Amino acid sequence: MGTERRRISDHDLGPRGGVPGLRVERRPGARAAARSRLHPRALWRARWPLLFISPFFVLFAVFGIYPILFSLWLSLHEWRGIGPMRWVGLENYRFLFGDGIFWGSMRNSLILFLIYVPVMTLLAIVLASLLHAGFLRLQGIWRALIFLPHITSMVATGYTFRLLLETRSGFVNQALGVVGIGQVAWLDDRWWARISLGLLMIWAWLGYNTVIMLAGLQTIPTEIAEAARVDGATQAQVFRQITVPLLRPVIIFSVTLSIIGTFQMYTEPLVLTGGGPVRATETPVMQIFQTTFANLRFGYAAAMSYVYFAVIVVITLLQFRFVSREDAG
Amino acid sequence: MKASPTPHRRWDEAAKRGLIYLAVVGTCAFMMFPFLWMFVSSLKPFEEIFAGDSFLPENPTLENYRSLFAQGDALGKIWNSLYIATVATVLSVFLCALGGYAFAKFRFPGRAFLFGFMLASLAIPFAVVMVPLFVMMRNTFHWIDTPWPLIIPGAANAFGIFFMRQYMFSVSDEMLDAARVDGASEFGIFLRIVLPTTIPGLVSLGIIFFMGSWNNFLWPSAVLRSEENYTVPLMLNALQGPPGRTAYDVLMAGSVVSLVPMLLVFLALQRHLIAGITAGSVKG
Repeated sequence: MGTERRRISDHDLGPRGGVPGLRVERRPGARAAARSRLHPRALWRARWPLLFISPFFVLFAVFGIYPILFSLWLSLHEWRGIGPMRWVGLENYRFLFGDGIFWGSMRNSLILFLIYVPVMTLLAIVLASLLHAGFLRLQGIWRALIFLPHITSMVATGYTFRLLLETRSGFVNQALGVVGIGQVAWLDDRWWARISLGLLMIWAWLGYNTVIMLAGLQTIPTEIAEAARVDGATQAQVFRQITVPLLRPVIIFSVTLSIIGTFQMYTEPLVLTGGGPVRATETPVMQIFQTTFANLRFGYAAAMSYVYFAVIVVITLLQFRFVSREDAG
Repeated sequence: MKASPTPHRRWDEAAKRGLIYLAVVGTCAFMMFPFLWMFVSSLKPFEEIFAGDSFLPENPTLENYRSLFAQGDALGKIWNSLYIATVATVLSVFLCALGGYAFAKFRFPGRAFLFGFMLASLAIPFAVVMVPLFVMMRNTFHWIDTPWPLIIPGAANAFGIFFMRQYMFSVSDEMLDAARVDGASEFGIFLRIVLPTTIPGLVSLGIIFFMGSWNNFLWPSAVLRSEENYTVPLMLNALQGPPGRTAYDVLMAGSVVSLVPMLLVFLALQRHLIAGITAGSVKG
């Protein structure tokens, strides 16, 4: 976190270095300075900026920190949402660790991630490079068309995909029939349903990721690639050995967003498959939602949220480890 | 079209360009097709949607739209969505600009710590606080079935403050100091100098918030209970026909209707939206 923050602020200093005192250096006596900075008079001098940032901290305390703590308390109880809460200790957690449905939903997220994220990321890089290629006309129009799915309501597109992919009379199977390919059970088979959901995710997020990659490409100086071309490198070599490595920070950013996005998926599977068939596309957030609002097991849902959060934190840490090890090597 | 010696170089180049155009146009077609299908289906009677005899409607009808607005009270739902999205966007953009300005342009005790703390809060997925937040909204605030749960909790959020901070660095310190010398109040400076000079950033963030609010589904489906308070995505999801039959006809009309406002925003402000989305990615 620390390095990231520093990198961002250094970047933004700009040529004029317009922000006085942004580079805070560690000096001897910094601790004494820190003590004097918390002096009431120092705080009074800083009243305006403190007031300006206070909305976030007040709202986060009330609607972030308090619910998280309350959730911990809730997870140690059995509660149907009304009436008295019954203390059950760690019972919810013990049950949760043997809950195949919950861990199945975690597994589904992981499978989905593996199904669509590599394909989508690669497509986004290729597409961004094609759009970046100087000779392509109407670049703005192509970019806008590819981006359009991102602004659409997932409920609307989810139903449209469901209509298109209906096994018996959907357009896709009818079109495949014309070419002589038999019916595909797009939404009625465990693996096809996952693939269909992956298709929907690619459709919805390809444009967004392409735009990010394109912005990254535009920051890479063209001279490097040109020099390599002059030295006789093929276009494929330039792409693999120059473009992709230079684009790496942007690729990591995009994959990180995709990991987070996949584990927070809710509307897409709910609308497209309802989580089926046989829970093959059910996600952790769907589980939490159902456990709360359909089964009215508030305590158990709270325990679920906690374990879900822990898993996400572990995945994020693993990913940062993975990325930084590659950087070192 | 294998690579061949120089005489064919031009043909190679042309073929390659052709392939690239084909790939890009093909991708765009893949992206556009569901929209096209949505629109075409919205003009078909229910039976025709599944008959599959022709792509274009044989008996084009506006009946689906009529029944959407007559029975589904689509106008009311659009109003709910517009109201929530507008209020939430204006409030959030204002508070995030205020916070971003403070983090970018002031030195104050604990600034680095508070900023890091704020960024760390971004790592908490919404689903983690959803259950306790719902209980709070119902038992403490009594906000179920009101727009407030969709406006207040996210009003000053870490992403927006981080986003606006980037834009605030470009505000000139000389201008701020000159205003201070003239005796302007700090809040007055923010209103009269800072906000007007960061309008592109405000617009970019505003579109992102508006879009998020307009298309939001998870949290609204938890806190909006009675049908008259539904937003557009909730209305779409509730448009189920009789058991076992999804009302695809009206649903597709509703999908088109839900898309129109975002499309207008996108067409008018595309540049700002793209700028906003790429702002965080290339710097990080």
